[in-house]
Amino acid sequence: MSESFISRGFRGRRQSAESARRIPPGQYETHDFPVLSAGPTPHTPLETWNFIVRDAGSRTATWTWEEFGKLPMEEVKTDIHCVTKWSKLDTVWEGVSLDALFADAATRAGIELAPYVLAVCDGGYTTNLPLADVMGGKAWVALRYDGQPLPPEHGGPARLLVPHLYFWKSAKWVRQLRVMEQDQRGFWESFGYHNYGDPWREQRYAGDE
Amino acid sequence: MSNGTDVTREVPHDRPMAGEELADALRLDGNAAAGILSEIFLPDLTSARATCAGCGAGRPVGALLAYAHGMGIVVRCPACDCVVLRAARTPTRIWLDMRGAASIAVGVTT
Amino acid sequence: MSESSGVTTVDVGSRAAPARAIPQIRWRISTVLDVVQETPATRTLVLDVPEWPGHRAGQHVDVRLTAEDGYRTERSYSIASPPEDAHVALTVERLDDGEVSPYLTDELRAGDRLELRGPIGGYFVWSVAQGGPLLLVAGGSGIVPLMAMLRHRELALANADDNARYGIPARLLYSSRRWDDVIYRDTLQRMAERDPTLEVTFTITREPPEGWTGFRRRIDRMMLAEVTWPPPERPHVFVCGPTPLVESAAAALVQLGHDPARVKTERFGPTGGRG
Repeated sequence: MSESFISRGFRGRRQSAESARRIPPGQYETHDFPVLSAGPTPHTPLETWNFIVRDAGSRTATWTWEEFGKLPMEEVKTDIHCVTKWSKLDTVWEGVSLDALFADAATRAGIELAPYVLAVCDGGYTTNLPLADVMGGKAWVALRYDGQPLPPEHGGPARLLVPHLYFWKSAKWVRQLRVMEQDQRGFWESFGYHNYGDPWREQRYAGDE
Repeated sequence: MSNGTDVTREVPHDRPMAGEELADALRLDGNAAAGILSEIFLPDLTSARATCAGCGAGRPVGALLAYAHGMGIVVRCPACDCVVLRAARTPTRIWLDMRGAASIAVGVTT
Repeated sequence: MSESSGVTTVDVGSRAAPARAIPQIRWRISTVLDVVQETPATRTLVLDVPEWPGHRAGQHVDVRLTAEDGYRTERSYSIASPPEDAHVALTVERLDDGEVSPYLTDELRAGDRLELRGPIGGYFVWSVAQGGPLLLVAGGSGIVPLMAMLRHRELALANADDNARYGIPARLLYSSRRWDDVIYRDTLQRMAERDPTLEVTFTITREPPEGWTGFRRRIDRMMLAEVTWPPPERPHVFVCGPTPLVESAAAALVQLGHDPARVKTERFGPTGGRG
């Protein structure tokens, strides 16, 4: 093993002891909310915005912004963990749980569930999740952050919120959820990153256990 | 941890930026991809001419827009915003996606 | 053998003179020879880089810091020195809550070692061979790569006759918050004093000095119209600094009629950075 160069006197980021137990391995706590951007911020006007759930049989349920606003909203207080190593504790959101969303989709359009979900977003971003990871109170379409409407740079008007997985799965500017029989890797999952992304098992990259 | 695909400059406050202004200000030039590309390509790619697969516009890679996302660097066409190329680094590999470049023409010295 | 990456590689270097003409960029360990305080928040590091392949004005290096626990982080810094210099100089502006810049401006001292790779970037570069006129537009630490260009220009034209110098005139428009924040201020003024083919214009946006009769506002289209050559002169234009300044200046120059292909930009990202 060759000797690695150390920069004299360089410390890097420090960790506070109290938060340490809530912070997954390899992460550090931040009090900011970093904006990670892979492209220009989308700006779909609310008058033309809609949300679609599509199933494997191509049945679609669609909501306008007004209709979406009538779905039951919950407050969610949770920690979030980004694969770029920052974690933010006690973030507060309001959104529609995917349980409620899929229930409404079944009522409106007979949407049938299947094992996998692909989120499709303004700007072309995609991410994939097992259905089991977005049901049972684990995932929301979030419309508000910290008591305010979700700002565009953080994914507004609506983003996915799936806090038990790395935050790239909480897709910004989400417009569509496709329920599918087969898993389909999304933007980062097909580009070196882990397909599932559990921060507690440090599943950052493809091939991580 | 910065892996070479983050925003890589520390620029002091003129006035604190927030919100959408901050998001727009995260834009960089194709230059920002030069470092990671230098690990794959021997000639500098930022002076190479890329043709956008989306709109056909031809520009030096250095004149494209780069978003140093943190998980990877995404380089887009300034005319149509299509992803011309993206690069990501994992502990064992560098990933490169150049489907958005219909062609890349690199200058050679004879 | 390369010791810095943990991977065994063969050191090719310039000694071996391989068949290929292009040197491979690799991580090298430089030694800090000197540190120079430029302004209260900015410091220049003068580095001895073993087997440095040489660079072009406008290029940058990636600096990599490694803590004892193995934690690593990288940042890019533009090269401030011209290609003619034996050593590589980087000018670093301190971001208060930055992760890397405070280490470079406050902690690093002569004798320390600094890991870097480069030179990087072949698009945002200029040399006298490309000709002029040369228009440089800078905001804050965006002056650094442009200073390398001006230093190169001065050295390359040192023994040239008037025709050559007047054939490659240069103008710099440089925006800073305060007079004391103007990086290389005295050097730039002296360069302009001794070279009638170089014009340096400062705009001080927040705290101009007593009796200042120069520009006092952010760079805008009117200011650029006053400073630049008319588009038929086809100047080579380089704009560098925080992203908002660069985008607004570049757009204004194109609106004034300059060929977009001649307006090269290097955005540094948001002010306040992300540390």
